[in-house]
Amino acid sequence: MKTSQPVAAGHPERIELVHGGGGRASAQLIERMFIRAFDNPMLQQKNDQARFDVPTRRLVMTTDAHVVSPLFFPGGDIGSLAVHGTLNDIAMAGAEPLYLAVSFILEEGILLRDLQRIVASMARASEAAGVPIVTGDTKVVERGKADGVFITTSAIGSVPNGVDLSADRAQPGDQILLSGTIGDHGVAILSARDSLGFTSPIRSDSAALHDLVKQMVRQVPTIRCMRDPTRGGLATALNEICQQSGVGMLIDEQAVAIAPAVQSACELLGLDPYYLANEGKLIAICPAAQADRLLAQMRAHPLGQGASRIGVVTTDPQAMVELQTALGGIRLLDWLNGDPLPRIC
Amino acid sequence: MCLAIPAQVCELLADDRARVRVGDVLKTVNIALVPQVRLGEFVIIHVGYALERLDPLAAEQTLALLHEASDLQPRRAESANDPNGQERTDEIH
Amino acid sequence: MKYIEEFRDAALARTLAQAIGQAVEPGRTYRLMEFCGGHTHAIYRYGLPGLLPKAIKMLHGPGCPVCVLPIARVDQAIELAGRPGVILCSYGDMLRVPGSDRRTLLQAKAEGADVRMLYSIDDAVTLARQLPQRAIIFFAIGFETTTPATALAILRAQKLGLSNFFVFCNHLLTPAALDALLADSPNPGSWIDGFIGPAHVSTVIGTAAYQQVARRYRKPIVIAGFEPLDLLQAILMLVRQLNSQRCAVENQYHRVVRPNGNRLAQDYMAQVFCLRASFAWRGLGTIAASALALRPAFASFDAERHFPLAERPSREHPGCACPAVLRGQLDPAACQLFAVACTPANPLGACMVSAEGACAAVYAYGRQPLREAL
Repeated sequence: MKTSQPVAAGHPERIELVHGGGGRASAQLIERMFIRAFDNPMLQQKNDQARFDVPTRRLVMTTDAHVVSPLFFPGGDIGSLAVHGTLNDIAMAGAEPLYLAVSFILEEGILLRDLQRIVASMARASEAAGVPIVTGDTKVVERGKADGVFITTSAIGSVPNGVDLSADRAQPGDQILLSGTIGDHGVAILSARDSLGFTSPIRSDSAALHDLVKQMVRQVPTIRCMRDPTRGGLATALNEICQQSGVGMLIDEQAVAIAPAVQSACELLGLDPYYLANEGKLIAICPAAQADRLLAQMRAHPLGQGASRIGVVTTDPQAMVELQTALGGIRLLDWLNGDPLPRIC
Repeated sequence: MCLAIPAQVCELLADDRARVRVGDVLKTVNIALVPQVRLGEFVIIHVGYALERLDPLAAEQTLALLHEASDLQPRRAESANDPNGQERTDEIH
Repeated sequence: MKYIEEFRDAALARTLAQAIGQAVEPGRTYRLMEFCGGHTHAIYRYGLPGLLPKAIKMLHGPGCPVCVLPIARVDQAIELAGRPGVILCSYGDMLRVPGSDRRTLLQAKAEGADVRMLYSIDDAVTLARQLPQRAIIFFAIGFETTTPATALAILRAQKLGLSNFFVFCNHLLTPAALDALLADSPNPGSWIDGFIGPAHVSTVIGTAAYQQVARRYRKPIVIAGFEPLDLLQAILMLVRQLNSQRCAVENQYHRVVRPNGNRLAQDYMAQVFCLRASFAWRGLGTIAASALALRPAFASFDAERHFPLAERPSREHPGCACPAVLRGQLDPAACQLFAVACTPANPLGACMVSAEGACAAVYAYGRQPLREAL
C-alpha cells in the first residue's frame, strides 16, 4: 500500500468546493489521495466502474452509511469503522467479502491531513482484510452541510455452498454464542466526546470478522444465523432475531462479559451496556449439538478468545428476550426505546 | 432519585474540584459540598458533584451484617454510634 | 468497583431473600412502597420481585422527578428553547418527555432549536462563560439530591459575574410529597404498610426529616442504598418492624446517610432557593410548600423572570391512570392504556415518560408473566 502523497507546500490545507467539482482539482485529489492509498489494478484503470467475473456461488451485497462523530476515537476512526462494518455485514451471511466500494461526502473546510489519516486507515483495514476497494466517488458540500466526512461503503461477497444464515432460522433449544465483551465501542465513542467529560482506557473493538466467520462456518455449516450487535447493542440484536424467528430467548447475565472499565463508565453515566454499540463482536445461533465445537473454534481465533455461551432460544409466542440476572431473578431484556441517553435518575 | 455512585478521590484540584476514579474511569467533579475530603477517600458522585463521603467503617459493618445473616443465627447486638440518638441502625437478626 | 460490587453479591442476595422468607408471618401480606424511582428501577433491573416471597408486595411511589413534572413545564421548556439566542441545556432524562402537542425537546432540536444534553449543570455555567452572546438556560429538575448542584452553579455564575446564565427551576421536595401521598385520603396511607426511603435524597436532607411522617401516619421507614443487597436488607428490616408493630425511621444506608444529612448542602439550598406557595405535581395534584424557586436575590438567574412565559393548562390523556399508579394504589398493568396505547416509545402519562417511572420499569423489565427464577 502506498501512502497518499503528502500535501505539497503552496497547496491548500483544506478541502474546498472545487475538489468535488469534477475538474483538475478533483482529479488530483482522487489520484493522490484515494487511488494511491487504495492502490489495486481495478482502481488503477480509473473507470467509473470496476469489472470482474462473478463466482458461481450465491452472492450477497450490502451498503452502509457512516456518520459517526467524533471522526477519530480510541481504537479507530470513521474510515476503519466503515470498512470493518461493511465487511462484517457481508460476513454475517457467512459469506466471503470480495470487493468494496466507497463514496465520500466531504464538508468544505475539513483539513486534508485529517482526510489523509482517514483514508490511510481505510487502506490499512482493506489490506489487512484482503478485500480491495475497487471503485469510489467523492463529492464536496458547503460548510455546515456534513459533519466533516460522511462515508458510504458497499460490498459484495459470496456464500459457501451449504451455508444458510438468516435471522428467521432460530429454533427453540438452539444455543446463543457471543464472541466477546460488549459495550466497548459505545463507551469509546462517548469518551471521545467532550460533553461528558470522562476519561477511560477503553478502545473501540472495531474489527473485520470475516476470517473468524470463515472458520466458524467451515467447522459448523449448520449455524442458523449470525448478527453483529452494532447500533442498539446486544439487546436489540437479540430482540430482532426473536422477532424474525418467532421465538424467545433466555440469557444468562453472568455469561455476558463486560470489561470493568465499560461497567464503570456505564455506572457513572447511567447507561446500560446491553444497548451500546459493538463493532467487532458477533452473536451466533447454533443447534445445541454443535455448540461446544463452535465455541471451541471461536475461542481458537484471536477475535473470539472471549467467546461464551450466553443463552438458549426458547418457545415464546410473545417473542421476548428474558434475562436471568446475576442474583437469580428474571426480567425482560426489552427493545431499546430511543437513543441511550445518560440519566440522572 | 438519583443515580449516584461511589468514586475514589485521586487528585485534588483548584477551584473546588477533584479528579475521582471509578475503577479505571476518571472524572473531574465539584467537591464544594465536601470541602474537607482527602485523597483516597470515597465520595458519592451525582451529576458531577460529590454529595457526601462514604464511611468505610460503616460499609464494612453493613457487609459484616450481611455475611452474618448467611449463618442465620439469631443475635441481639447494639448498633453503630449515633450521635443524634434518634434512631439506630438495626441489626438484621 | 469498590463499594458497589460487594453489595451485589449473588450468594448473599439469596440468603437475604431466604431470611425474608423466614421472617414473614404466615398469611400476612407486607405492602412496601419504595418512594424513589431509582429504587423502582433497581428492583426490576435485578429481578428482585422474583426473588422475594409472595408475601412481599412492592408498591411504586411517586419519587420520579421526571414523571411528576407537569406537562405545562415541559411545554415552557420547549418554548424557551425556541427563543432567539437561547441554548437550552438539560439532563438526558428530559429530552424525550412529550409536551402537550406530543413534541419533545429532541424534536424541537430537530426543528432548529439549540438544545444540548449535559451531564452536569456546572458545564452550563462554563458554556455561558464561553459564549457571552448567547443566553444559556438550564432546565433544572430533581429532588433534593440534585438541588444542591443547581445552588452551587448559580453561586458560581454569580461569582463569575455572568449575565447570560439562567435556571428554569423545577426542583421538588420529598417530605412534602410523602405527606401529600399519605394525607390525601380519608384513610391515610391505608394501602401502604411501610416505606423504603430514598438513598441520595436522604444523603442531603438526613433521616430526621422523615420522623414526622413515620410518627403521624405510624408507618416504618427504612432508608436504603441503591444496590440489591441494600434493598433486600431494608425489606428485611421493614418486615421485622411490622412484625413487632414498630414504626421507626431506620437507616440501612448508614455508610453514606448521616442523621442530619449534609448541612453544607442544605445551607447552600437555603441560600439560593425559597419555597413556592404551591406547585402542581403531575398526577398528585397541587401540593403546598413542595417546590422551590430562586430567591429574589438571584432574580437575574431566574429564567421565569427573565423570559416571560405564558401560563398553560396541563391536560392529561383520558383513561390515564397515573394518579392512582403514582400513589401505589394501582398496578401499572391494570391501567387500560398500559402496553397498548401507552408505551415507552409513545408515553401518554407521567409513569411512562421516564425509565424509572413505575409503568416504564414494569414495561421494560416485567410486563409479561416471567418464568419462575431458576
